Amino acid sequence: MTHPHSSPLTPHEGWQPVIGLEIHAQLNAASKLFSGASTAYGAEPNTHASLVDVALPGTLPVPNRAALDKAIRFGLAVDAQIARHSVFARKNYFYPDLPKGYQISQYELPIVAHGHLSVRLDDGRTIDVHIERAHLEEDAGKSLHDAFAAATAIDLNRAGTPLLEIVSAPVLHSAAEAVAYMRSVHTLVRWLGICDGNMQEGSFRCDANVSVRRAGSDKLGTRTEIKNVNSFRFVEKAIEYEIERQIRALESGQAIVQETRLYDAAHHHTRPMRGKEDAHDYRYFPDPDLPPLTVTEADIEVARATMPELPQARRARYIAQLGLPDSDATQLCADRATSDYFEATFATLAPAAAAASTSESEPEKVTSGVPRSPADLALAHAKAKLAANWVLGELAAALNASASTIDASHVAPSDLAKLIARVNEGVISGKIAKDVFAAMWAGEGDADTIIAARGLRQISDTGALGATIDALLAEFPAQLADYRNGNEKLLQFFVGQAMKRLKGQANPQQLNALLREKLAQ
Amino acid sequence: MSTPSAEGIAHWARALRAREISAVELTERALAAALAQQGLNALISRVDESARAAAAGADAVLAAGAESALCGIPLVHKDIFCTNAIRTTCGSRMLGEFVPPYDAAVVERLAGAHAVTIGKANMDEFAMGSSNENSHFGPARNPWDLTRVPGGSSGGSAAAVAAGIVPFATGTDTGGSIRQPAAFCGITGLKPTYGRVSRWGMIAFASSLDCGGVLARSAEDCAHVLGAIAGHDARDATSMQRPVEDYLRGLTAPVAGLRIGVAREYFGAGVEDGVGAAVHEALAALKAKGATLVDISLSHADLAIPAYYVIAPAEASSNLARYDGVRYGYRCADPQSLDDLYTRSRAEGFGAEVKRRILIGTYALSAGYYDAYYLRAQRVRRLIANDFAEAFKQVDLIAGPTAPTVAFKLGEKASDPLAMYAADVNTVAVNLAGLPAISIPAGFSNGLPVGLQLIAPAFAEARLLSAAHQFQQHTDWHLRMPGTGA
Repeated sequence: MTHPHSSPLTPHEGWQPVIGLEIHAQLNAASKLFSGASTAYGAEPNTHASLVDVALPGTLPVPNRAALDKAIRFGLAVDAQIARHSVFARKNYFYPDLPKGYQISQYELPIVAHGHLSVRLDDGRTIDVHIERAHLEEDAGKSLHDAFAAATAIDLNRAGTPLLEIVSAPVLHSAAEAVAYMRSVHTLVRWLGICDGNMQEGSFRCDANVSVRRAGSDKLGTRTEIKNVNSFRFVEKAIEYEIERQIRALESGQAIVQETRLYDAAHHHTRPMRGKEDAHDYRYFPDPDLPPLTVTEADIEVARATMPELPQARRARYIAQLGLPDSDATQLCADRATSDYFEATFATLAPAAAAASTSESEPEKVTSGVPRSPADLALAHAKAKLAANWVLGELAAALNASASTIDASHVAPSDLAKLIARVNEGVISGKIAKDVFAAMWAGEGDADTIIAARGLRQISDTGALGATIDALLAEFPAQLADYRNGNEKLLQFFVGQAMKRLKGQANPQQLNALLREKLAQ
Repeated sequence: MSTPSAEGIAHWARALRAREISAVELTERALAAALAQQGLNALISRVDESARAAAAGADAVLAAGAESALCGIPLVHKDIFCTNAIRTTCGSRMLGEFVPPYDAAVVERLAGAHAVTIGKANMDEFAMGSSNENSHFGPARNPWDLTRVPGGSSGGSAAAVAAGIVPFATGTDTGGSIRQPAAFCGITGLKPTYGRVSRWGMIAFASSLDCGGVLARSAEDCAHVLGAIAGHDARDATSMQRPVEDYLRGLTAPVAGLRIGVAREYFGAGVEDGVGAAVHEALAALKAKGATLVDISLSHADLAIPAYYVIAPAEASSNLARYDGVRYGYRCADPQSLDDLYTRSRAEGFGAEVKRRILIGTYALSAGYYDAYYLRAQRVRRLIANDFAEAFKQVDLIAGPTAPTVAFKLGEKASDPLAMYAADVNTVAVNLAGLPAISIPAGFSNGLPVGLQLIAPAFAEARLLSAAHQFQQHTDWHLRMPGTGA
């Protein structure tokens, strides 16, 4: 946990912002937290609303263990305490899209408490953010105010959808820190496979508690809460605006009013939604329909055993064992699908090195006694770098151009690995490989098929290359003379002409060497 | 000795199998009795046509060799149990036109046994009351004296069974709502252990106390019905995964050797002399059969009423929040705004007692009062449960009067909520502790029935039923019918 004073001074001279986030991550369970209805997004209104979701008289909630397991996985990932007994409580308030007149949440005894998450900032610093708690709760339905002219419509498809509310301590000191933390949580929940992270559909959204205090003070200022912001950019803008607003107010002698504010994306400002005097008394009490939720050691062990390698551990391994630069490792680990794709590519490209790397990442396993030679290591590092370049370069560009995600990649990791291998083996040049990749993406087959079909196998035969060069030198005597008089820039001219004649299939290193040799004669 | 309509399940099950009567004929008889006894106002709805169809179905099952003793037996459901396509009002204007799209678990199970539902029984609104006077559909009346209450909240169920309209009825018991009307109407009423009978489809009053059960003519009949409705239900997270015993086989267990605790707190100042005398006489009869009577004390008994009247309203205030006029139920005419819709729908849809309890419960849960009321009441609840646990180290059952008085006059306590609440003094502690208890007819006082309450440890329904059955083997209080001589 960062100490308030250890943070560098923010651009807000003389003031320190204090921010805590409440992140709502929708758990991607197939059914709702307390009913068997589907959680699928985008269905016709009220078609995914069961008797329980509509809160018909006599209906009862039954907890969904799948949602509980996902909460446990989150808790393990942030090194938190998992409550052996946690309690569902009712949060009572009236709203038309809240069918029971209360929301089932957790209050005094949440499933997850006292975790922390290490967050890397853009400026290179790392902060350790204390996560006070993460609790299970059900979502409300939706009020549709513009579906009908003179009435509000209610859609209960979302009612009862499982949410994990992740509450940070007020330890963030700038909008940038808050957003970096939010991104880390976003990466983590998707990495764990517990939330799809879709912010447009509201699967990942956040409330921000913001206050400011005089630098050096350890007393918290009056805070405001900004509700329901669902993009990283808006969170940053909203917090930034709110910090400025509070500082301006305090500097002009006004007091901050404790209130809930809404972020208006169109005008990039926040405005009051309701004040403290309108604050609900939620009358929390343990839900008598639900016995305490019991988590056994065995439940936790099952969850632990199926935990994936976490992004930070994987990033560290890429740097330490695969020799990847920090920036590559960070980019690859920005989401699990990309990282998994890289893993699979590398495993095909360098099976032994990949196996050694993953087993070394598990300290309890003793690696095979034979130390790898420095040469092997260098080769493995080179292959890792090549794989990283391809995943972050050509593949990322192709995905970007087709606006698709890596799960929908047209090229499988093993096929990409084969392509990279052909470059390594000198069968094709790196430049030709890009064309081959494009053809693979277009569905023309695997690398070998395309190389064969298009006749792209590069020419490494000295005789063939020599004949082409000889013909070339005969055709351009003036340029040849010029070169021999010291204009060495003309080398590129001859390389270009030779490549043109050889349809780009010449082995570039060989071509260069041979040309130099013949030009020098 | 008694009219045919005083016969119970065992009798009719035999008669149906002997082809002395068909299920259709038995159902017609029940429907006719319901019509003839409309003055009792025991039923809110009658479902003659679906009853006839179910009876015809039961006859077919009987012809094929039905297993369940309940096959073809008519019953009424307390109007708190949701019945698919049949109006379920909970005694309230709020649900006056509410037709559920599903059956409660208890309804499903009894329909699965081919018992025949002939109607929905009157009750205090949302089960809040001890006299049935809080029903939006007017009070049910006591068959023993039409100027008196049948008790509540399962008053309609008790009146229908006592009058011989049906051999049994379902009920619910949150603070005594099966046992007290059973006592007032001279029948047998069983409140099972909390978690023994699924609450799915039973409209909630106070979730941690609500318990579905049965009102019938005898302990034996209660055993038949409990066997059918008990058991785990995955739709109710508080339902227990525990095998259901063969309650009928257990009935033959002798009373001899049974240690019965007589709790002195249950014979306090509020207990009428006639009630106390009848109960002491009943206990003497049990002793004569070999039971041992043990003087015991339940030291926190006097705290049960205050704890109950914090916890039950607190839960109710939240459970009844769903009745907001938005999705179903009563909606005020021409709402001007969301607040207006809420305020008037609830003001017009709920009766006075329901509103009183919502207010009490909201207050008890509100910030600044929660610890002093709700948490404190929960601590008292644990003390009360501990009292029982300690007592059951010495005794097998605990006995006392079910209610301190016999059935009172209509209107007598209607304007005095505290006096009405005191009617539950001997029953609410059982709900707070989640225990099973039974009320059985134990004599008369001033011509009105007196109930003996027996309480057992959790899941000892078999012990409770056998003791009650043995008592009924040696007494005939449970066979008495209104108007045929008390």
